[in-house]
Amino acid sequence: MSNTLTRSEIAQAVHLEIGLSRNESSKLVEDVLEKMTECFVKGEHVKLSSFGTFSVRSKKERIGRNPKTGIEARISPRRVLSFHPSISLRKRVNK
Amino acid sequence: MTKSELINMLATENPELYHRDIERIVNTIFETICTSLEKGDRIELRGFGAFSVREHGARKGRNPRTGEPVDVARKNVPYFKMGKGMRDRLNK
Repeated sequence: MSNTLTRSEIAQAVHLEIGLSRNESSKLVEDVLEKMTECFVKGEHVKLSSFGTFSVRSKKERIGRNPKTGIEARISPRRVLSFHPSISLRKRVNK
Repeated sequence: MTKSELINMLATENPELYHRDIERIVNTIFETICTSLEKGDRIELRGFGAFSVREHGARKGRNPRTGEPVDVARKNVPYFKMGKGMRDRLNK
């Protein structure tokens, strides 16, 4: 019922839609993800209309707890990537 | 970076392709992801992250201005979780 798509299915869609070879299609899919990742590394937002916005957020250090053992642990400051879906995508998953 | 900036960067690096085709490629990639989410499918991009649809159950909410209780219906929400490779690259 519920499937999982990977890079290869997306590359296949590009191949069928644009007519690029499979190799070129995979390369372009990879290039898109890499360009986006480079922006995230620089801390930049990526805004894709009718899809959503990715933003990098910095988390401060905090004291957490191992839920299994209850032992307190220091969670170091880190950066996380968050995704805000566009209104149109939100609507589409509710049809 | 916006979608058009992304398209321009890719166009510079792939001079053998028409700008219009790059635009179609980028749109096809994200449209494929949207169509899959619409079907309730999951998209897993190793090293980048995974997209899925989460169900948020019905709940009682409140109008933040008036404090009046309101019923919020159950809904599906697109969800993204960053991959391990991404986490490592963001935290080097």
